[in-house]
Amino acid sequence: MWQWFYRLGSPKWFYEMSGKWLPWLYVLMTVLMSVGIVWALLFVPQDYQQGDTIRIMYVHVPVASISLACFPLMAVAGIITLVWKMKLADMVAKCAAPIGAWFTAVALATGAIWGQPIWGTWWAWDARLTSMLIQFFLLIGVIALRSAIESPDDSARACALLAIVGAINVPIIKYSVEWWNTLHQPASNFSMDNESAFGPEIWVPLVIMIFAVYCFFVISLILSTRNEILRRERRAQWVQDIVAVEKV
Amino acid sequence: MKAHRRKKLTIIGFIATGLAVAIGLSLYALSNTIDLFFTPSQIAAGEVSDGQRIRIGGMVKEGSVEQSQDSLHVEFVATDYSHDLRVRYDGILPDLFREGQGVVVEGAVANGVFEASRVLAKHDENYMSVEVKAALDAAERDRAMPVMATEGGASGT
Repeated sequence: MWQWFYRLGSPKWFYEMSGKWLPWLYVLMTVLMSVGIVWALLFVPQDYQQGDTIRIMYVHVPVASISLACFPLMAVAGIITLVWKMKLADMVAKCAAPIGAWFTAVALATGAIWGQPIWGTWWAWDARLTSMLIQFFLLIGVIALRSAIESPDDSARACALLAIVGAINVPIIKYSVEWWNTLHQPASNFSMDNESAFGPEIWVPLVIMIFAVYCFFVISLILSTRNEILRRERRAQWVQDIVAVEKV
Repeated sequence: MKAHRRKKLTIIGFIATGLAVAIGLSLYALSNTIDLFFTPSQIAAGEVSDGQRIRIGGMVKEGSVEQSQDSLHVEFVATDYSHDLRVRYDGILPDLFREGQGVVVEGAVANGVFEASRVLAKHDENYMSVEVKAALDAAERDRAMPVMATEGGASGT
């Protein structure tokens, strides 16, 4: 029953399989991203209150929601590292941290750019914005902790624990707009009706952009993890073989 | 799953649950300070002393905005539909500021009036196009119309 699980944990198997997935992901991302961006920038109607400023949403929401996926991913990888001592899980966790930090930073930046014209301020210390800033600092903390401890096993264990603890912040970010009163508005309710608020003409391109940015995230993570695999397994025979082929 | 792994998993589970409960309780205890603003009802209940610098949040009451002709001085009523609070402000309002719109105002209460130093606009999550908004407004007018017609008829007789 655990066979597939252990095979998934083999860096060699992951390296070979991800090499096959990547071209498909490139195609998928290019198609989704082009359709999504053109649709969002040119064909989405102006909002009745915010006008063209609404288009910032098509970058802000995908980037912000995917940045929230990062900590749960690192926490699951952390549990696998602690319990099963699987090397691949730790490699993925290590590579996810800087990518997640960038996503969080971009979410904060696009939010500020959106907030300035609409709210009248770049920043407010409300629960949503503050918890998101905490996520950014936690990710910086994970990256710093990784390089602060010299022994690879110890740093893997410490980072795994910090990731599990840090994941508690994710539901706080998600529900902050409901639990407390904030400047940030709550999540929109999808409506199937084009004659009501947040109808398909607004959310269909948003969903496309979310999938496109997810592809981008997965591609970044896979590429980064492949590098990490080659670096850590550089003494393994199969890596030597790959290097030998590349050199010829 | 081997016994030592199950044991480790249980320990992690306990640590995570314990931390989540601890953080949850502290956030619950702090919820008043985490809230970005007070509501007009909280002000009316006397939760804030005069002169204390705070933020209030509410809706700009319909028909309450009085803009000075020769200065940036503006007065309006912020409401949460159970209590009202009069706001005085000298400065530039955000573009989204209008009647029926949510606002967050920084300042302090003085003699029952809120002296504002900054006004931020709050918007809701209902994005829609100009056409959809117009159609929704028209539908609302149509719903309101028959009521007004019967009322008019009643007063006529």
